[in-house]
Amino acid sequence: ANTMEKTGGSRKKGLKRKSAAEEPQEAAVGEDGATESGGEAPKASAFPPGFSISEIKNKQRRHLMFTRWKQQQRKEKLAAKKKLKKEREALGDKAPPKPIPKTIDNQRVYDETTVDPNDEEVAYDEATDEFASYFNRQTSPKILITTSDRPHGRTVRLCEQLSTVIPNSHVYYRRGLALKRIIPQCISRDFTDLIVINEDRKTPNGLILSHLPNGPTAHFKMSSVRLRKEIKRRGKDPTEHVPEIILNNFTTRLGHSVGRMFASLFPHNPQFIGRQVATFHNQRDYIFFRFHRYIFKSEKKVGIQELGPRFTLKLRSLQKGTFDSKYGEYEWVHKPREMDTSRRKFHL
Amino acid sequence: MRMARHGGAELKAVNPGSWSVKYKDPEVIWDTLGNKQFCSFKIRTKTQGFCRNEYSLTGLCNRSSCPLANSQYATIKEEKGQCFLYMKVIERAAFPRRLWERVRLHKNYEKALEQIDENLIYWPRFIRHKCKQRFTKITQYLIRIRKLTLKRQRKLVPLSKKVERREKRREEKALIAAQLDNAIEKELLERLKQDTYGDIYNFPIHAFDKALEQQEAGSDSSDAEEQEDEDDEEDMDKLDASSDEDEGEKSSSEEEEKALDAKHKGKTPLKGTLRRKRAYVEIEYEQETEPVAKAKTT
Repeated sequence: ANTMEKTGGSRKKGLKRKSAAEEPQEAAVGEDGATESGGEAPKASAFPPGFSISEIKNKQRRHLMFTRWKQQQRKEKLAAKKKLKKEREALGDKAPPKPIPKTIDNQRVYDETTVDPNDEEVAYDEATDEFASYFNRQTSPKILITTSDRPHGRTVRLCEQLSTVIPNSHVYYRRGLALKRIIPQCISRDFTDLIVINEDRKTPNGLILSHLPNGPTAHFKMSSVRLRKEIKRRGKDPTEHVPEIILNNFTTRLGHSVGRMFASLFPHNPQFIGRQVATFHNQRDYIFFRFHRYIFKSEKKVGIQELGPRFTLKLRSLQKGTFDSKYGEYEWVHKPREMDTSRRKFHL
Repeated sequence: MRMARHGGAELKAVNPGSWSVKYKDPEVIWDTLGNKQFCSFKIRTKTQGFCRNEYSLTGLCNRSSCPLANSQYATIKEEKGQCFLYMKVIERAAFPRRLWERVRLHKNYEKALEQIDENLIYWPRFIRHKCKQRFTKITQYLIRIRKLTLKRQRKLVPLSKKVERREKRREEKALIAAQLDNAIEKELLERLKQDTYGDIYNFPIHAFDKALEQQEAGSDSSDAEEQEDEDDEEDMDKLDASSDEDEGEKSSSEEEEKALDAKHKGKTPLKGTLRRKRAYVEIEYEQETEPVAKAKTT
């Protein structure tokens, strides 16, 4: 048995399905089957039942068997593909449609809070929530942008650029003031929204968006911040025109409310002459913000040019009232241990 | 009933910092531990020595401020916002646990100072002065603590490296899956089709398509053909192009288009065939053909 094993090991890989059949038989001491399987070697995927490659104790041998098995798998897969392709060509038009590849977005776990466009309850809710006054054209947005204490250069520049992107916004330097004191002052001065950019180690890493007269407060984690000068192939600075907005993929109830929050930042009537568009695209719970200038080259072709800062947001919590970390009533909080377990479950 | 003492001969001091020997005289203690040999409370830097003993009055390692080498010693210590005056009772040198006598000081600053004075009456000036200084400093920082707790406190949130790495990776993948440029372009074209932009952009093909759909309700095939031809030319003209022009163009336009494609020079086509969308200055060149004719005749 030992000599057999040694020679088996020293033979080249390409040669031996025979030895593959023989060796485990030696190992498993299947004496009855030995001679027979030796004869049927090429057809023998005849390992004794219950045998797996991982049971071989010798590492070199195990590795050898495994690579051999892998090669076989690959060959079979290639053959199957070729066969399929031939069949498809042979059938021509009658061939069944190609199977759609599975993506995470296809396989997404169905969320029961997904909004149906015809849903009356949702429509009713939206007609009576805090943004109703915006969507009814009763109020127009006025935004206050500020930072956490002692902001560094990057954050300050991001605030400035944001204020050029969002019309009717003002940047104020935060001089160690408590948010709880700022908010009543803002309300008295007719601000509709408050944006606070939180900073950590000289980079902005968080965004708090608060709708002012007692509206919801959303806390986001901000990442991948690119200021204007860091964007390649960008266009000139944005003009004063009111941009359009694109909100993509906000499907669930939560996503809907977040989307409305973003929409209420911008004035109602976009000036199409300006040809500027701000996009909030939600993909797998990450909201990508981009600001572009577009031009229609033809019926079916449009060119876009990125201006403006870009960043990605991830919702961390949504709170019912204005900012209050201690006593606030949280509508939704991101809990990593519970919510991040499935790769196909998204909440926005 | 405190009598002034000096580093007297009868006093024993057990030094927790050393190991075997019992010294009787604080002078001796200082001469050995403080100055020359090892003291476990002493920390030396290049310029100075510090005393880490919790009962030290100043934090420095000096002859007069060493709690081990002085038989008469006092400190102020603060515990949970309360200040105490600790006095060393040298008779209890054998019992380190009971060595220090504790007096709670009044919350009122002035009254506490009076208390210190009262308890340390007849004590050396140095210790009294330093105790009061220390007490002042302690009250000042207690006030500061109370003030700061009323203000906003920065909350430090611990980040889990694993979670951060995971989120970063997922963000990258989401970015790739999002195909932002395509999505934005698609959305914009949708909006164009839905006519949200109104009259700003005039794309005749679009208009023709619409007209097509309208005419198809009761249409001839010939109409469809004519319009297809015009579509082929890919005019980006305004809708006002009249039918006469179109017919005239059909014959010559193809040649000219080919000519144009071949030679990208300033030689313009006839006015009206290919107009560009951007601001475009049309230049007409006149070619002089007369001299050539003359040459031929002669």
